Amino acid sequence: MSMFDLSGKVALVTGGGRGLGRGMALALAEAGADVVVTSRNEAELDESVRQLGAYPGDPLAVPADLSAPEGPEQVVAAVGEQRGPIDVMVHAAGLQVRKPALELSLEEWDRVQSVHLRAAFSLSQTIGRDMIDRGSGGSIILVSSLTANIGIRNTSAYGAAKSGIEGLMRTLAAEWATHGVRVNAVTPGFFHTELTDAMFQDEQRREWMLGRIPMGRAGTPEDLAGAAVFLASDASAYVTGQAIAVDGGWLAA
Amino acid sequence: MELRFDGRSVLVTGGSTGIGAAVAEAFGAAGARVAVHYNRSAEAAQQVLDAITATGAEGALVQADLTEPGAAERVVGEVVERWGGVDVLVNNAGDMIGRSAVEDATDELYESIMDLNLRQLFQCCRAVIPGMRERGGGAIVNVSSIAARTGGAGGAVMYATSKGAVSTLTRGLAKEVAGDNIRVNALAPGVIETAFHTRHTDPEKWQGLMASIPLGRAGRPEECVAPTLLLASDEHGGFITGHSLEVNGGQLMP
Repeated sequence: MSMFDLSGKVALVTGGGRGLGRGMALALAEAGADVVVTSRNEAELDESVRQLGAYPGDPLAVPADLSAPEGPEQVVAAVGEQRGPIDVMVHAAGLQVRKPALELSLEEWDRVQSVHLRAAFSLSQTIGRDMIDRGSGGSIILVSSLTANIGIRNTSAYGAAKSGIEGLMRTLAAEWATHGVRVNAVTPGFFHTELTDAMFQDEQRREWMLGRIPMGRAGTPEDLAGAAVFLASDASAYVTGQAIAVDGGWLAA
Repeated sequence: MELRFDGRSVLVTGGSTGIGAAVAEAFGAAGARVAVHYNRSAEAAQQVLDAITATGAEGALVQADLTEPGAAERVVGEVVERWGGVDVLVNNAGDMIGRSAVEDATDELYESIMDLNLRQLFQCCRAVIPGMRERGGGAIVNVSSIAARTGGAGGAVMYATSKGAVSTLTRGLAKEVAGDNIRVNALAPGVIETAFHTRHTDPEKWQGLMASIPLGRAGRPEECVAPTLLLASDEHGGFITGHSLEVNGGQLMP
Protein backbone atom coordinates (compact mmCIF):
# COMPACT_ATOMS: atom_id res chain seq x y z
CA MET A 1 0.00 0.00 0.00
CA SER A 2 1.21 3.46 -0.83
CA MET A 3 2.53 5.65 1.99
CA PHE A 4 0.48 8.39 0.38
CA ASP A 5 -2.81 6.52 0.76
CA LEU A 6 -5.69 8.38 2.46
CA SER A 7 -8.41 5.74 2.16
CA GLY A 8 -10.90 5.90 5.01
CA LYS A 9 -9.72 9.34 6.12
CA VAL A 10 -12.06 12.32 6.44
CA ALA A 11 -10.48 15.52 5.15
CA LEU A 12 -11.90 19.01 5.58
CA VAL A 13 -10.73 21.64 3.09
CA THR A 14 -11.68 25.24 3.77
CA GLY A 15 -11.74 27.47 0.75
CA GLY A 16 -12.48 24.27 -1.11
CA GLY A 17 -14.79 25.90 -3.63
CA ARG A 18 -12.10 27.22 -5.92
CA GLY A 19 -8.45 27.84 -6.63
CA LEU A 20 -5.80 26.16 -4.52
CA GLY A 21 -8.36 24.81 -2.05
CA ARG A 22 -10.27 22.99 -4.75
CA GLY A 23 -6.99 21.73 -6.23
CA MET A 24 -5.93 20.25 -2.90
CA ALA A 25 -9.42 18.85 -2.25
CA LEU A 26 -9.27 16.96 -5.54
CA ALA A 27 -5.77 15.69 -4.72
CA LEU A 28 -6.84 14.37 -1.31
CA ALA A 29 -9.87 12.69 -2.89
CA GLU A 30 -7.70 11.10 -5.55
CA ALA A 31 -5.54 9.73 -2.71
CA GLY A 32 -8.65 8.09 -1.27
CA ALA A 33 -10.02 10.54 1.33
CA ASP A 34 -13.64 11.44 1.94
CA VAL A 35 -13.38 15.16 1.32
CA VAL A 36 -15.57 17.87 2.82
CA VAL A 37 -15.30 21.30 1.23
CA THR A 38 -16.44 24.51 2.85
CA SER A 39 -16.71 28.13 1.77
CA ARG A 40 -19.37 30.84 1.62
CA ASN A 41 -20.21 30.24 -2.02
CA GLU A 42 -22.64 27.34 -2.46
CA ALA A 43 -22.46 27.33 -6.25
CA GLU A 44 -18.69 26.96 -6.15
CA LEU A 45 -18.96 24.20 -3.53
CA ASP A 46 -21.46 22.35 -5.69
CA GLU A 47 -19.02 22.44 -8.58
CA SER A 48 -16.23 21.13 -6.32
CA VAL A 49 -18.45 18.27 -5.14
CA ARG A 50 -19.29 17.48 -8.74
CA GLN A 51 -15.57 17.26 -9.60
CA LEU A 52 -14.85 15.29 -6.41
CA GLY A 53 -17.38 12.76 -7.63
CA ALA A 54 -14.77 11.46 -10.06
CA TYR A 55 -13.03 9.73 -7.12
CA PRO A 56 -14.15 6.84 -4.92
CA GLY A 57 -14.64 8.87 -1.71
CA ASP A 58 -17.84 10.39 -0.39
CA PRO A 59 -17.66 14.18 -0.97
CA LEU A 60 -19.70 16.72 0.96
CA ALA A 61 -20.22 20.49 0.84
CA VAL A 62 -20.76 22.50 4.02
CA PRO A 63 -21.45 26.18 3.28
CA ALA A 64 -20.21 28.46 6.04
CA ASP A 65 -18.78 31.89 6.74
CA LEU A 66 -15.45 31.29 8.48
CA SER A 67 -15.10 34.98 9.31
CA ALA A 68 -18.10 34.70 11.63
CA PRO A 69 -17.06 33.81 15.20
CA GLU A 70 -19.24 30.69 15.29
CA GLY A 71 -18.40 29.63 11.70
CA PRO A 72 -15.52 27.21 12.37
CA GLU A 73 -17.31 25.30 15.14
CA GLN A 74 -20.43 24.97 13.01
CA VAL A 75 -18.43 23.49 10.16
CA VAL A 76 -16.67 20.97 12.39
CA ALA A 77 -19.99 19.96 13.98
CA ALA A 78 -21.62 19.49 10.57
CA VAL A 79 -18.74 17.33 9.35
CA GLY A 80 -18.90 15.27 12.53
CA GLU A 81 -22.60 14.58 12.09
CA GLN A 82 -22.41 13.68 8.43
CA ARG A 83 -18.99 12.09 7.97
CA GLY A 84 -17.53 11.48 11.42
CA PRO A 85 -14.33 12.78 12.99
CA ILE A 86 -11.86 14.77 10.92
CA ASP A 87 -8.45 13.18 10.22
CA VAL A 88 -7.02 15.86 7.95
CA MET A 89 -7.72 19.57 7.82
CA VAL A 90 -6.48 21.92 5.13
CA HIS A 91 -7.11 25.61 5.78
CA ALA A 92 -6.98 27.20 2.36
CA ALA A 93 -9.74 29.77 2.83
CA GLY A 94 -8.51 33.25 2.22
CA LEU A 95 -9.28 36.65 0.91
CA GLN A 96 -7.06 39.40 -0.34
CA VAL A 97 -7.53 43.15 0.02
CA ARG A 98 -4.86 44.50 -2.30
CA LYS A 99 -4.25 48.07 -1.17
CA PRO A 100 -1.41 50.24 0.01
CA ALA A 101 -1.10 50.06 3.80
CA LEU A 102 -1.82 53.79 3.99
CA GLU A 103 -5.26 53.20 2.49
CA LEU A 104 -6.29 50.04 4.31
CA SER A 105 -9.13 50.44 6.81
CA LEU A 106 -9.19 48.68 10.16
CA GLU A 107 -12.37 46.95 9.08
CA GLU A 108 -10.57 45.50 6.05
CA TRP A 109 -7.65 44.51 8.26
CA ASP A 110 -9.97 42.67 10.65
CA ARG A 111 -11.79 40.90 7.85
CA VAL A 112 -8.54 39.52 6.42
CA GLN A 113 -7.27 38.46 9.85
CA SER A 114 -10.52 36.73 10.74
CA VAL A 115 -10.71 34.49 7.67
CA HIS A 116 -7.02 33.61 7.60
CA LEU A 117 -5.73 33.69 11.12
CA ARG A 118 -8.59 33.57 13.59
CA ALA A 119 -10.33 30.84 11.61
CA ALA A 120 -7.03 28.92 11.40
CA PHE A 121 -6.76 29.03 15.17
CA SER A 122 -10.40 28.26 15.84
CA LEU A 123 -10.57 25.37 13.35
CA SER A 124 -7.29 23.93 14.55
CA GLN A 125 -8.31 24.23 18.19
CA THR A 126 -11.64 22.47 17.65
CA ILE A 127 -10.25 19.76 15.39
CA GLY A 128 -7.00 19.35 17.34
CA ARG A 129 -8.92 18.91 20.59
CA ASP A 130 -11.00 16.17 19.01
CA MET A 131 -7.92 14.42 17.57
CA ILE A 132 -6.25 14.52 21.00
CA ASP A 133 -9.38 13.32 22.83
CA ARG A 134 -9.76 10.43 20.40
CA GLY A 135 -6.06 9.62 20.54
CA SER A 136 -6.21 9.20 16.80
CA GLY A 137 -3.51 11.63 15.74
CA GLY A 138 -4.05 13.58 12.57
CA SER A 139 -2.66 16.11 10.16
CA ILE A 140 -3.39 19.82 10.04
CA ILE A 141 -2.16 21.76 7.02
CA LEU A 142 -2.30 25.54 6.96
CA VAL A 143 -1.77 27.44 3.73
CA SER A 144 0.93 30.06 4.03
CA SER A 145 2.22 32.41 1.37
CA LEU A 146 5.28 34.06 -0.11
CA THR A 147 4.15 37.14 1.80
CA ALA A 148 4.99 35.36 5.08
CA ASN A 149 8.61 35.33 3.93
CA ILE A 150 9.18 38.41 1.82
CA GLY A 151 7.70 41.88 1.55
CA ILE A 152 5.28 42.27 -1.32
CA ARG A 153 3.65 45.68 -1.52
CA ASN A 154 -0.09 46.17 -1.07
CA THR A 155 -0.49 43.00 0.97
CA SER A 156 0.00 44.27 4.54
CA ALA A 157 -3.03 42.55 6.09
CA TYR A 158 -2.54 39.38 4.06
CA GLY A 159 1.19 39.16 4.74
CA ALA A 160 0.65 39.74 8.46
CA ALA A 161 -2.04 37.04 8.55
CA LYS A 162 0.12 34.52 6.69
CA SER A 163 3.12 35.26 8.93
CA GLY A 164 0.78 34.68 11.85
CA ILE A 165 -0.34 31.40 10.33
CA GLU A 166 3.25 30.15 10.15
CA GLY A 167 3.82 31.14 13.77
CA LEU A 168 0.61 29.40 14.80
CA MET A 169 1.61 26.32 12.80
CA ARG A 170 4.92 25.99 14.65
CA THR A 171 3.35 26.52 18.07
CA LEU A 172 0.62 23.95 17.51
CA ALA A 173 3.18 21.50 16.10
CA ALA A 174 5.22 21.82 19.29
CA GLU A 175 2.18 21.51 21.58
CA TRP A 176 0.51 18.56 19.86
CA ALA A 177 3.42 16.45 18.62
CA THR A 178 3.23 14.07 21.56
CA HIS A 179 -0.41 13.39 20.62
CA GLY A 180 0.54 12.39 17.10
CA VAL A 181 -1.11 15.48 15.66
CA ARG A 182 1.21 16.94 13.05
CA VAL A 183 0.85 20.56 11.97
CA ASN A 184 2.55 21.87 8.85
CA ALA A 185 2.13 24.47 6.13
CA VAL A 186 2.42 24.68 2.40
CA THR A 187 3.83 27.91 1.02
CA PRO A 188 2.57 28.43 -2.50
CA GLY A 189 4.54 30.76 -4.70
CA PHE A 190 2.89 32.73 -7.47
CA PHE A 191 -0.17 30.79 -8.61
CA HIS A 192 -2.84 31.89 -11.04
CA THR A 193 -6.09 31.89 -9.06
CA GLU A 194 -8.98 34.25 -8.47
CA LEU A 195 -6.96 35.95 -5.72
CA THR A 196 -4.09 36.78 -8.05
CA ASP A 197 -6.01 37.30 -11.28
CA ALA A 198 -5.69 41.09 -11.02
CA MET A 199 -1.91 40.73 -11.04
CA PHE A 200 -2.04 38.43 -14.04
CA GLN A 201 -4.07 40.98 -15.96
CA ASP A 202 -1.48 43.68 -15.29
CA GLU A 203 1.29 42.92 -17.76
CA GLN A 204 3.99 44.83 -15.93
CA ARG A 205 3.34 43.12 -12.60
CA ARG A 206 2.93 39.73 -14.25
CA GLU A 207 6.30 40.04 -15.96
CA TRP A 208 7.93 41.17 -12.72
CA MET A 209 6.47 38.17 -10.91
CA LEU A 210 7.45 35.67 -13.61
CA GLY A 211 10.93 37.17 -13.70
CA ARG A 212 11.34 36.29 -10.02
CA ILE A 213 10.49 32.62 -10.50
CA PRO A 214 13.53 30.54 -11.47
CA MET A 215 11.31 27.96 -13.17
CA GLY A 216 9.87 30.76 -15.28
CA ARG A 217 6.20 29.96 -14.85
CA ALA A 218 3.38 30.45 -12.38
CA GLY A 219 2.02 27.51 -10.43
CA THR A 220 -1.21 25.71 -11.17
CA PRO A 221 -3.49 24.19 -8.49
CA GLU A 222 -2.22 20.73 -9.54
CA ASP A 223 1.29 21.75 -8.50
CA LEU A 224 0.19 21.76 -4.84
CA ALA A 225 -1.29 18.27 -5.00
CA GLY A 226 1.89 16.36 -4.19
CA ALA A 227 2.84 18.46 -1.17
CA ALA A 228 -0.73 18.41 0.18
CA VAL A 229 -1.10 14.64 -0.03
CA PHE A 230 2.41 14.20 1.36
CA LEU A 231 1.62 16.29 4.43
CA ALA A 232 -1.82 14.76 4.88
CA SER A 233 -0.59 11.16 4.81
CA ASP A 234 1.83 8.86 6.62
CA ALA A 235 4.38 9.76 3.95
CA SER A 236 5.28 12.70 6.22
CA ALA A 237 5.13 10.76 9.51
CA TYR A 238 8.33 12.40 10.82
CA VAL A 239 7.56 15.89 9.48
CA THR A 240 5.95 18.48 11.75
CA GLY A 241 6.30 22.21 12.22
CA GLN A 242 7.50 22.74 8.66
CA ALA A 243 6.46 24.96 5.78
CA ILE A 244 7.03 23.39 2.38
CA ALA A 245 7.63 25.92 -0.35
CA VAL A 246 6.03 25.05 -3.68
CA ASP A 247 7.13 28.08 -5.58
CA GLY A 248 9.25 27.23 -8.60
CA GLY A 249 12.31 28.35 -6.66
CA TRP A 250 11.19 31.88 -5.71
CA LEU A 251 12.20 31.64 -2.04
CA ALA A 252 15.56 30.11 -2.92
CA ALA A 253 16.47 33.55 -4.23
CA MET B 1 -1.19 8.84 -4.98
CA GLU B 2 1.72 6.68 -5.94
CA LEU B 3 5.08 8.03 -6.98
CA ARG B 4 6.37 6.07 -9.95
CA PHE B 5 9.75 6.30 -11.61
CA ASP B 6 9.34 3.72 -14.34
CA GLY B 7 12.06 3.91 -16.93
CA ARG B 8 14.00 6.51 -14.91
CA SER B 9 17.61 6.00 -14.03
CA VAL B 10 18.50 6.91 -10.46
CA LEU B 11 21.91 7.20 -8.81
CA VAL B 12 22.06 7.08 -5.01
CA THR B 13 25.46 7.80 -3.51
CA GLY B 14 26.12 6.17 -0.17
CA GLY B 15 23.33 3.76 -1.06
CA SER B 16 24.46 0.72 0.92
CA THR B 17 23.29 1.69 4.40
CA GLY B 18 20.90 3.90 6.35
CA ILE B 19 18.87 6.52 4.55
CA GLY B 20 20.62 5.85 1.24
CA ALA B 21 19.75 2.14 1.33
CA ALA B 22 16.09 2.81 2.18
CA VAL B 23 15.84 5.39 -0.60
CA ALA B 24 17.59 3.17 -3.17
CA GLU B 25 15.27 0.25 -2.44
CA ALA B 26 12.21 2.50 -2.65
CA PHE B 27 13.22 3.83 -6.07
CA GLY B 28 13.53 0.24 -7.23
CA ALA B 29 10.08 -0.60 -5.90
CA ALA B 30 8.80 2.49 -7.74
CA GLY B 31 10.03 1.11 -11.07
CA ALA B 32 13.34 2.92 -11.48
CA ARG B 33 16.68 1.53 -12.55
CA VAL B 34 18.85 2.16 -9.51
CA ALA B 35 22.61 2.54 -9.31
CA VAL B 36 23.74 1.96 -5.73
CA HIS B 37 27.03 3.64 -5.01
CA TYR B 38 29.04 2.39 -2.04
CA ASN B 39 32.56 2.70 -0.77
CA ARG B 40 33.48 0.11 1.86
CA SER B 41 30.21 -1.74 2.59
CA ALA B 42 30.24 -4.22 -0.30
CA GLU B 43 28.13 -6.79 1.49
CA ALA B 44 25.47 -4.30 2.55
CA ALA B 45 25.42 -2.84 -0.97
CA GLN B 46 24.84 -6.31 -2.41
CA GLN B 47 21.86 -6.77 -0.07
CA VAL B 48 20.37 -3.49 -1.27
CA LEU B 49 20.89 -4.56 -4.87
CA ASP B 50 19.27 -7.92 -4.15
CA ALA B 51 16.26 -6.16 -2.62
CA ILE B 52 15.96 -3.99 -5.72
CA THR B 53 16.23 -6.81 -8.23
CA ALA B 54 13.87 -8.99 -6.16
CA THR B 55 11.07 -6.57 -7.09
CA GLY B 56 11.89 -7.07 -10.77
CA ALA B 57 13.64 -3.72 -11.06
CA GLU B 58 17.03 -3.25 -12.64
CA GLY B 59 19.96 -2.29 -10.44
CA ALA B 60 23.71 -1.94 -10.40
CA LEU B 61 26.51 -1.44 -7.92
CA VAL B 62 29.16 1.24 -8.30
CA GLN B 63 32.12 1.23 -5.95
CA ALA B 64 34.16 4.35 -5.34
CA ASP B 65 35.83 6.44 -2.69
CA LEU B 66 34.19 9.67 -3.80
CA THR B 67 36.90 11.75 -2.16
CA GLU B 68 39.45 10.44 -4.68
CA PRO B 69 40.15 12.75 -7.62
CA GLY B 70 37.97 11.87 -10.60
CA ALA B 71 35.80 9.42 -8.65
CA ALA B 72 32.54 11.38 -8.92
CA GLU B 73 32.94 11.71 -12.68
CA ARG B 74 33.72 8.01 -12.99
CA VAL B 75 30.64 6.97 -10.95
CA VAL B 76 28.33 9.17 -12.99
CA GLY B 77 30.04 8.02 -16.18
CA GLU B 78 29.44 4.37 -15.36
CA VAL B 79 25.72 4.97 -14.89
CA VAL B 80 25.49 6.99 -18.09
CA GLU B 81 27.29 4.26 -19.99
CA ARG B 82 24.99 1.59 -18.61
CA TRP B 83 21.63 3.34 -18.92
CA GLY B 84 22.23 6.34 -21.15
CA GLY B 85 21.92 8.98 -18.46
CA VAL B 86 20.96 9.95 -14.92
CA ASP B 87 17.42 11.26 -14.37
CA VAL B 88 17.59 11.47 -10.59
CA LEU B 89 20.70 11.99 -8.49
CA VAL B 90 20.42 11.49 -4.72
CA ASN B 91 23.57 12.86 -3.12
CA ASN B 92 23.40 10.93 0.11
CA ALA B 93 27.04 10.01 0.74
CA GLY B 94 28.51 11.76 3.73
CA ASP B 95 29.53 11.36 7.33
CA MET B 96 30.55 13.34 10.38
CA ILE B 97 33.90 11.46 10.39
CA GLY B 98 34.67 12.59 13.92
CA ARG B 99 33.56 14.99 16.61
CA SER B 100 35.97 17.69 17.68
CA ALA B 101 35.89 21.16 19.15
CA VAL B 102 36.99 23.72 16.60
CA GLU B 103 40.05 24.69 18.64
CA ASP B 104 41.20 21.08 18.69
CA ALA B 105 40.44 20.23 15.08
CA THR B 106 43.28 19.58 12.69
CA ASP B 107 43.38 20.82 9.12
CA GLU B 108 43.26 17.18 8.08
CA LEU B 109 39.97 16.59 9.92
CA TYR B 110 38.46 19.76 8.48
CA GLU B 111 39.52 18.83 4.96
CA SER B 112 38.32 15.26 5.20
CA ILE B 113 34.88 16.45 6.37
CA MET B 114 34.63 19.03 3.59
CA ASP B 115 35.89 16.59 0.94
CA LEU B 116 33.37 13.92 1.89
CA ASN B 117 30.28 16.04 2.52
CA LEU B 118 30.76 18.94 0.14
CA ARG B 119 33.39 18.58 -2.56
CA GLN B 120 32.28 15.21 -3.94
CA LEU B 121 28.64 16.34 -3.78
CA PHE B 122 29.53 19.39 -5.83
CA GLN B 123 31.41 17.15 -8.26
CA CYS B 124 28.50 14.73 -8.61
CA CYS B 125 26.12 17.64 -9.34
CA ARG B 126 28.54 19.06 -11.86
CA ALA B 127 28.91 15.70 -13.56
CA VAL B 128 25.18 15.02 -14.06
CA ILE B 129 24.01 18.44 -15.22
CA PRO B 130 25.07 18.36 -18.89
CA GLY B 131 23.41 14.98 -19.40
CA MET B 132 20.24 16.03 -17.62
CA ARG B 133 20.04 19.17 -19.73
CA GLU B 134 20.46 17.09 -22.86
CA ARG B 135 17.68 14.73 -21.77
CA GLY B 136 15.32 17.63 -21.11
CA GLY B 137 15.52 17.77 -17.34
CA GLY B 138 16.16 15.92 -14.12
CA ALA B 139 16.07 16.12 -10.36
CA ILE B 140 18.80 16.31 -7.75
CA VAL B 141 18.17 15.66 -4.06
CA ASN B 142 21.03 16.62 -1.78
CA VAL B 143 20.96 15.08 1.67
CA SER B 144 21.76 17.93 4.03
CA SER B 145 21.12 17.88 7.78
CA ILE B 146 19.30 19.67 10.55
CA ALA B 147 22.83 20.79 11.48
CA ALA B 148 22.89 23.00 8.38
CA ARG B 149 20.68 25.44 10.28
CA THR B 150 21.56 24.71 13.90
CA GLY B 151 25.31 24.85 13.47
CA GLY B 152 25.66 21.41 14.99
CA ALA B 153 26.33 20.49 18.58
CA GLY B 154 28.88 18.47 20.49
CA GLY B 155 31.89 18.79 18.23
CA ALA B 156 29.93 18.80 15.00
CA VAL B 157 30.64 22.34 13.85
CA MET B 158 32.73 21.35 10.82
CA TYR B 159 30.14 18.78 9.79
CA ALA B 160 27.37 21.37 10.22
CA THR B 161 29.38 23.84 8.17
CA SER B 162 29.72 21.36 5.32
CA LYS B 163 25.96 20.70 5.42
CA GLY B 164 25.21 24.44 5.52
CA ALA B 165 27.22 24.69 2.34
CA VAL B 166 25.18 21.83 0.85
CA SER B 167 21.98 23.76 1.54
CA THR B 168 23.41 26.91 0.04
CA LEU B 169 24.68 25.04 -3.00
CA THR B 170 21.20 23.58 -3.36
CA ARG B 171 19.53 27.01 -3.47
CA GLY B 172 22.04 28.52 -5.84
CA LEU B 173 22.22 25.58 -8.19
CA ALA B 174 18.41 25.37 -8.25
CA LYS B 175 18.31 28.84 -9.75
CA GLU B 176 21.20 28.18 -12.10
CA VAL B 177 19.61 25.16 -13.76
CA ALA B 178 15.87 25.87 -13.39
CA GLY B 179 15.77 27.01 -16.98
CA ASP B 180 16.98 23.57 -18.03
CA ASN B 181 14.07 21.92 -16.21
CA ILE B 182 16.43 20.52 -13.60
CA ARG B 183 15.16 20.78 -10.04
CA VAL B 184 17.53 20.80 -7.07
CA ASN B 185 16.29 20.33 -3.52
CA ALA B 186 17.64 19.26 -0.17
CA LEU B 187 16.46 16.74 2.36
CA ALA B 188 17.42 17.82 5.88
CA PRO B 189 17.06 14.89 8.28
CA GLY B 190 17.11 15.37 12.02
CA VAL B 191 18.02 12.43 14.25
CA ILE B 192 17.50 9.26 12.23
CA GLU B 193 18.19 5.79 13.63
CA THR B 194 21.20 4.72 11.58
CA ALA B 195 24.77 3.61 12.05
CA PHE B 196 25.71 7.30 11.85
CA HIS B 197 24.64 7.69 15.47
CA THR B 198 26.06 4.33 16.53
CA ARG B 199 29.40 5.73 15.42
CA HIS B 200 29.11 9.31 16.61
CA THR B 201 26.57 9.61 19.44
CA ASP B 202 26.96 8.10 22.90
CA PRO B 203 23.91 6.92 24.89
CA GLU B 204 23.85 10.00 27.11
CA LYS B 205 23.89 12.36 24.16
CA TRP B 206 21.22 10.21 22.51
CA GLN B 207 18.89 10.66 25.50
CA GLY B 208 19.41 14.41 25.32
CA LEU B 209 18.57 14.40 21.64
CA MET B 210 15.35 12.45 22.21
CA ALA B 211 14.24 14.97 24.84
CA SER B 212 14.63 17.76 22.29
CA ILE B 213 12.33 16.22 19.68
CA PRO B 214 8.64 17.16 19.92
CA LEU B 215 7.53 13.85 18.38
CA GLY B 216 9.54 12.22 21.18
CA ARG B 217 11.47 9.71 19.11
CA ALA B 218 14.13 9.40 16.46
CA GLY B 219 13.11 9.04 12.85
CA ARG B 220 13.55 5.86 10.83
CA PRO B 221 15.40 5.73 7.50
CA GLU B 222 12.09 4.70 5.88
CA GLU B 223 10.61 8.03 7.00
CA CYS B 224 13.10 9.81 4.74
CA VAL B 225 11.93 7.82 1.73
CA ALA B 226 8.66 9.53 0.82
CA PRO B 227 10.13 13.03 1.27
CA THR B 228 12.99 12.11 -1.08
CA LEU B 229 10.65 10.59 -3.65
CA LEU B 230 8.40 13.66 -3.52
CA LEU B 231 11.33 15.98 -4.21
CA ALA B 232 12.53 13.70 -7.02
CA SER B 233 9.11 13.36 -8.68
CA ASP B 234 8.44 15.64 -11.65
CA GLU B 235 4.81 14.58 -11.54
CA HIS B 236 4.14 15.40 -7.88
CA GLY B 237 6.95 17.72 -6.86
CA GLY B 238 7.43 19.45 -10.19
CA PHE B 239 7.08 23.03 -8.87
CA ILE B 240 9.38 22.49 -5.88
CA THR B 241 12.97 23.62 -6.32
CA GLY B 242 15.61 25.23 -4.12
CA HIS B 243 13.74 23.96 -1.07
CA SER B 244 15.14 22.25 2.00
CA LEU B 245 12.64 19.74 3.36
CA GLU B 246 13.18 19.21 7.07
CA VAL B 247 12.40 15.72 8.34
CA ASN B 248 13.12 16.06 12.03
CA GLY B 249 10.07 15.29 14.17
CA GLY B 250 9.73 18.99 14.97
CA GLN B 251 13.21 19.26 16.52
CA LEU B 252 13.80 22.38 14.44
CA MET B 253 11.02 24.51 12.96
CA PRO B 254 12.81 27.09 10.87
